[in-house]
Amino acid sequence: MLVLDRVSKTYPNGVHALGGVSTEVELGEIVAVIGGSGCGKSTLLRAISGLDPASEGTVLLDGERITAPHEKIGIIFQEPRLLPWLKVAGNVGFGLGDRPRQERAARVATALKRVGLADKAMVWPRELSGGQAQRVAIARALVPRPEVLLLDEPFSALDAFTRTDLQDHLLDLWADAKPTLILVTHDVDEAIVLADRVMVMCPRPGRIFDEIEVALPRPRDRQSAAFDFVKRRVLAALDRSLSRAVAPADGEAKASAGAALWW
Amino acid sequence: MTIAAEQRGAMPAERAAPRKWARLARPALGLVLPVTLAVVWEFIVRMGWASGRLAPPPSVIFATFVDLARSGDLQRHTLVTLGRVAAGFGIGVSVATVIGAAAGYSPLIRRLLDPSLQALRAIPSIAWVPLFVLWLGIFEASKVLLIAVGVFFPVYLGLMGAIQSVDRKLVEVGRAFRLSDVAMVRRILLPAVLPAYVISLRSGLGLGWMFVVAAELMGASEGLGYLLIDGQELGKPAEIVAAIVAFAIVGKATDWLIALAAAPFLRWEDVVRQE
Repeated sequence: MLVLDRVSKTYPNGVHALGGVSTEVELGEIVAVIGGSGCGKSTLLRAISGLDPASEGTVLLDGERITAPHEKIGIIFQEPRLLPWLKVAGNVGFGLGDRPRQERAARVATALKRVGLADKAMVWPRELSGGQAQRVAIARALVPRPEVLLLDEPFSALDAFTRTDLQDHLLDLWADAKPTLILVTHDVDEAIVLADRVMVMCPRPGRIFDEIEVALPRPRDRQSAAFDFVKRRVLAALDRSLSRAVAPADGEAKASAGAALWW
Repeated sequence: MTIAAEQRGAMPAERAAPRKWARLARPALGLVLPVTLAVVWEFIVRMGWASGRLAPPPSVIFATFVDLARSGDLQRHTLVTLGRVAAGFGIGVSVATVIGAAAGYSPLIRRLLDPSLQALRAIPSIAWVPLFVLWLGIFEASKVLLIAVGVFFPVYLGLMGAIQSVDRKLVEVGRAFRLSDVAMVRRILLPAVLPAYVISLRSGLGLGWMFVVAAELMGASEGLGYLLIDGQELGKPAEIVAAIVAFAIVGKATDWLIALAAAPFLRWEDVVRQE
């Protein structure tokens, strides 16, 4: 289980990006984090990953405090970030550096077959399409069998068709080992198709505004009335999160300070 | 039907033939001017319209080249020059690699060393010669040092810049997979830096050849640069041109060797060009 306890992040330049996020994520749960720009959703993901640890509060995975990248946690970025000097197979096996060669080869082959790119093993990353490259990145993150997989807007750079294709494919892959997925996105449809729970965040500082359970059975029909119902709820929450963020007390204080200077 | 099929079959072959010809002809086009000039000059000298004493025709240059090679002089001088370049290049590259890597990796070392090195770089390297001769004498050491200085700067700058411009996003991938510092260098930084490093080695080598000429012109009893001076003092222009040709061949060959040695590690860069 992943436990976030008042996770905050203040950058050295004084920006208060994350203002105390607490939640619990069950093993195998899929959580989508959604929110307007600057709501700290990527900051939250990076704090969980240990790449940019929280400045206050704790991230606990199975009782272990996460302050640096951890072997049980995998991450997929917005860009595939494949290493251009390694062939596809080399990239997929990148996280298995310490394993015996035969085991590595076998696991890479299985993973590539699973993402439908078995024939691309000996191809350079440059020769892949955007969707193929992101599939390789997914395979690379899944090969070490993480308990938690973090995804930072993984499909936002892809065209609409490839995106829905990869969303379905991700669910398919998830079903193999059922890791916990935490997905940052700005696409409401994506959040509802994938997640058990949609976490809506609001900015200044970033915090959880609302959480919406998605109890629809999988696979989910993007055209169904039930899907639309949930979508309206998420959209409404997003809308409120943004309007509330505009007028906090601190904005008024600034306005009056400006007025004082003016007089 | 059959005619149409035949035509369809023949068309690409016909089109492919001129294209293949064009691919061969394009580099050959560059040879037209020098070859024409050489032939014309040969003809003019043969006809007695010019003596060709100061500007020997190609046949004389070729004969001189063959004579020098047959007597073993050419090989001896080439080997001496090659040895100097190799020593200077080796020293220059070693020092530049260590300092460049350190300055690229650590901002502290960069701030400490880079301003001084940039100031030294602004000095035309030939200006060091009198000082080097004073310190090290007129023999090998001062020549090798001059070449090493020439090689140092492009390699130092190239490596430092390459390390600084390594994609942070790829470094982060390394961090996410919990690479140790050593593994990070070996699996991310080294391959990322290699293309720029090879380019800097090649430009360093080019400067090395330039500086060996300068060093040998200023006093040597052996080497291709000595052949140049010897040809000038004894009024043998063909010998000068033969030495120049030897410089061109050996310089190009060593450059090609570096490119060849690096090629297997840089195959991933060529993907786009091949297509």
